[in-house]
Amino acid sequence: MSPLSRREFVAAGVAAGAGLVIGFYLPHKNSSAEVFSPNAYLRITPDNKVTIVVARSEMGQGVRTALPMILAEELEADWKQIEIEQAGASTLFGDQTTGGSASIRTTWDPMRKAGAAAREMLISAAALTWNVARSSCTAESSHIKHAATNRSLGYGELVGKAATLPIPTDVPLKQSKDYKIVGQRLPRVDSPAKVKGEAIFGIDFRMPGMKFAVLSRCPTIGGKVSGFDDKDSKKISGVSYVGKIGDAAVAVVADSVWGAMEGRRVLNVAWDDGPNKDLNTAAVMASLKQGASKKSASLYSAGDAAKASGRRISAEYTLPFMAHAPMEPGNCTAHYQGTKCELWAPTQVPQDCRDSVAQAIGLDPDQVKVNVTLMGGGFGRRLEHDYAVEAGLVSKAINAPVKVIWTREDDMRFSTYRPASLHQLGAVVDSSGFPVALTHRIIAPSISGQKGQPGPNGVDPDLPDEAGPVYGIANYSLEYVMTETPVPLGWMRSVYALQAAFALESFVDELAVAAGKDPLQYRLKLLAKDQDLAYFTTTWKTARMRGVLQLAAEKAGWDKPLPAGRYRGVACFGCFASYMAEVVEITMENDQPHVHRVLAVVDCGQVVNPSILEQQIQGGIVYGLANALRAKITIEKGRVVQGNFDDYAPLRMNETPAVEVYAVPSAEVPTGIGEPSVPPLAPALCNAIYAATKKRIRALPILS
Amino acid sequence: MADITLRVNGSERKVSVSSETPLLWVLRDTLELTGTKFGCGAGLCGACTVHVEGNPIRSCSTPVEQVAGKSVTTIEGLAASNGLAAGQLHILQAMWIAEEVPQCGYCQTGQIMSAAALLAKTPQPTDDQITAAMNGNLCRCGTYERIRRAIHSAADAASHARKETAGGAR
Repeated sequence: MSPLSRREFVAAGVAAGAGLVIGFYLPHKNSSAEVFSPNAYLRITPDNKVTIVVARSEMGQGVRTALPMILAEELEADWKQIEIEQAGASTLFGDQTTGGSASIRTTWDPMRKAGAAAREMLISAAALTWNVARSSCTAESSHIKHAATNRSLGYGELVGKAATLPIPTDVPLKQSKDYKIVGQRLPRVDSPAKVKGEAIFGIDFRMPGMKFAVLSRCPTIGGKVSGFDDKDSKKISGVSYVGKIGDAAVAVVADSVWGAMEGRRVLNVAWDDGPNKDLNTAAVMASLKQGASKKSASLYSAGDAAKASGRRISAEYTLPFMAHAPMEPGNCTAHYQGTKCELWAPTQVPQDCRDSVAQAIGLDPDQVKVNVTLMGGGFGRRLEHDYAVEAGLVSKAINAPVKVIWTREDDMRFSTYRPASLHQLGAVVDSSGFPVALTHRIIAPSISGQKGQPGPNGVDPDLPDEAGPVYGIANYSLEYVMTETPVPLGWMRSVYALQAAFALESFVDELAVAAGKDPLQYRLKLLAKDQDLAYFTTTWKTARMRGVLQLAAEKAGWDKPLPAGRYRGVACFGCFASYMAEVVEITMENDQPHVHRVLAVVDCGQVVNPSILEQQIQGGIVYGLANALRAKITIEKGRVVQGNFDDYAPLRMNETPAVEVYAVPSAEVPTGIGEPSVPPLAPALCNAIYAATKKRIRALPILS
Repeated sequence: MADITLRVNGSERKVSVSSETPLLWVLRDTLELTGTKFGCGAGLCGACTVHVEGNPIRSCSTPVEQVAGKSVTTIEGLAASNGLAAGQLHILQAMWIAEEVPQCGYCQTGQIMSAAALLAKTPQPTDDQITAAMNGNLCRCGTYERIRRAIHSAADAASHARKETAGGAR
């Protein structure tokens, strides 16, 4: 989920008499040719209303607040008068995928330029109105001011004139030191509706005549429907339709959710279990082991790790499948009307929903309209478009609007899972115990590969954002072996970075222990030299990693002894272009770790909203802790075993540590923040457990 | 099908549903009160928490017939049930905003209902009492520490307000 390279054009677009529109032309990643149309990020109307359009999806990460802040900063807008509009699927915004911790880093420039271009045009419009020099006018709080004559015009008053002006292609952008909105702890725009119960999530959307559907899906991976008997289902009050949807599911439609659920409960389906009926977790892990003997693709190479000689240390690490389990179960509402279809989708990929639904129901993409609702969490699960396709198919089958709802068990058993993986780490160390060579082989199935887009040269396309080198070791080889599995795979918060960080940062701790060194000082020594580590499109700087590690050590009081019975561990990692270090403090209670405190330091460049940043890091650590302690999806007889929050248990309040968050002050271009706090948590915790018990954990989850 | 009368957010509501229908779906589908959320359907996550006669219950696992004739409060009626005028926020809702608790926000209405039931019985809860009362409410965004802070803030604000009122009465 790398941010797309993009070509960008600024063009004049004047909405007929309505106001000033700043348009950008951005190519969509799926565009066949270069098809561009203007996209309005911004509308200003004569009533002084400034509407900012958000072309990413809100799943809790704060884009409806943070992205408009970027534009409003350059526009010199009065934040209190901003209105936010959520974009649906469009051809005007480029790739609208919300993922890869990319919303801010990919819209930082377009949003700033959209705001700055509008500001410059409004200044010109005022200068023309007053017949004064542009340079004597300033923009401030949604007004243009002329100090010499003490005159002022509101943005709304300048709409007519500004709309006639050419859009500048090269606009001055503000310096970080002059920011008034970016960098402030502005309250989130979505909080009031959320605490009042008025926020409309996908599951809450209603329309007249709407039916509800639940689907009975083949419980065996890759299996199909061989037949069904709906006699008992149709006896349930309100059930109006039972029918096959695709090859592997039967839909039950009713006039209420409960009616549909009851209809499904008594539905009798015969399944053809298909080729995976004997698949189990042991076989999956064995296939990773077999994959280890395959030739690997090089992700990163420095020097020649194979030629190094000296004392060798090696270890293997394994991680299981995991499920996202967002609080709002999957759902989508579709209204098929013959030559068009409208969707209300809680989705991270409105454009993929549009295209997939169009294909499934035999329409053209431009006949499918996608409205993006709020999402009750995403974590990558809503990068899939399965719910939308089901909704489109059911709506077409019954020729009425319908909401497809998944239960929690559906969500757990028919998810797309974080890939299980195997990691082989090897080092050659010098007489002081520091590595002269390090090899890390990642053996895992490819998420994109399973979806038909494996990427070139055997390199899974996600790895460039998620598995980079951390240390400037002279001989360093980071390799990937792409394996296959029938288990459905998906992008889950931090994707492969979680696995890569667990293996690398546990192993570096093992090296420090073997060398008899303090694990933090050992890492700082490995990062002592300023180096640029070029890794695909990112250049990792050892100085920035060292910076987060040093600040974490200082804030954690690493050089001060802990109270009796307390232990700590450290880990650092970089992903989505951000640098992260975490120190975890634990006690051991009945042989189980209890995490009391997590100290997290990030270097993510310019911070847009510190409160939202803290939310993301606190949340990532809670998510990462649940992953580390318990998250494990297992397969028996081709079926996912876990079903609800009892056997796949997220973190609760009693297990939640105090999390302290620090961001390195920076005016660098902002980088990802939704995911980078997740990966260091598991290794930092396991390193703390080692400090407490001298027991090394090489397989997650910890409490298995 | 059965005709069942409930008292929801202070109003008498008659519904005609099968008697084992969980209260959650009666609230959401029949009465269109969608602030109460579906999370697990098994009483494991607390997203569906409402008050019945002032006590927090999991509406996903409570057949509607069990609450026939009883008083149900949902997030939509929480402020009014505390005597606040239309448009006013319950102190917990206000503190949820002030402490910037919600991320995705999906679980937060259930969290607030659990917290409101706690404060009604324990106006100045300790950390342990907060944990005990809130441990049944899951949040995948990991907002627990801010929830704890917001509950303390609400308790402090309510205590302050009570003292002011008491002072004024003297």
